[in-house]
Amino acid sequence: MTLATVVFWAVALALLASSVGVVLTPNLFHAVLYLAAALVATAIVFLLLDAAFLFAVQLLLYAGGVVTVLVFAIMLTERLIGERLSQTNRHVVNGAVVAAAVFIGVAGFIVGSPGMPAPAGADRTADIARALVGPFAATFEVLGVLLVAALLGAIYFARAED
Amino acid sequence: MITTPGLHAYLVLAALVFAVGLFGVLTRRNAIGILLGIELMLNAVNINLVAFARFQADLAGLVFTLFVISITVAEVGVGLAIVIAIFRVRRTVDADHLNLLKG
Repeated sequence: MTLATVVFWAVALALLASSVGVVLTPNLFHAVLYLAAALVATAIVFLLLDAAFLFAVQLLLYAGGVVTVLVFAIMLTERLIGERLSQTNRHVVNGAVVAAAVFIGVAGFIVGSPGMPAPAGADRTADIARALVGPFAATFEVLGVLLVAALLGAIYFARAED
Repeated sequence: MITTPGLHAYLVLAALVFAVGLFGVLTRRNAIGILLGIELMLNAVNINLVAFARFQADLAGLVFTLFVISITVAEVGVGLAIVIAIFRVRRTVDADHLNLLKG
C-alpha cells in the first residue's frame, strides 16, 4: 500500500463526510464551511490525478473566490445567529430515494464497465496551455464573452433600485 | 481489502458526491442551500473529467474541467445576484415561498 493509496482513501472519506455535512447541516454558514472543505478535498484528488494546475485553479477560484462570495450572500440574506426553521423541506424521503437511485444506476454502469490500466503520469500543465491557445482557442474566447455577460448580468440583478 | 485506486474508485467517489449533491438540491429549503448542492454536483463532474483525462492520457478532460470551473464561477455570480434580488423584494429566500410564477 503506497502513500498515494493511503492519501486517496483518506481524502475520499473527507470529501464524502464534508459533502454530507453540506447537505445536512441546519446552519447554512456551517454548510458553506463544509463546502470549502469538500472543495479542498477535491483539489487534493486532482493532485492525486497528476493535475497540479487544476489543483491550483480549484484552490484559487473555488475555495478562495466562490466560498467568499457565498459567505457574503449568506450574511446579506440571513441572520447568522438565531434559531432557524427546519432547513429541509418535506421531500427528504423522496430526495433520498431519488439520489440513491441515481447513485445505484451510475455505479451499476461503472462496476459493469471494464477498468483501464493507468498510463504513466506526467505533469500536463504546459500541454494545457498549448491546447488553450491551439485547438480550444475559439472556446476560450467564447468563455471570455460568457464571463463578461455574467458580470453584467450580476451587476444588473443586484444593483440598487433608485 | 484496499488496493491502489483505479479509474473505478474515482468514478464511484464522484458518483457518491453527485448523489449527495442531488439530495441537497432536492431537499434544501434555502435557495443558497440549493446552490451549494449544485456546486457539489459540478465538483463531482470535475472529478470524473480529470479521472478520465488521467487514465486515457487525454488532454481534453483537463481543458473541459477548466471550462466547467469558469462557467461555475459565472453561474454562482449570477445565481447569488438573483437570490439577493429576490431577497430584496420578498424578504425571504425560502424556495417553498418563491411561487410567483405558479399558475
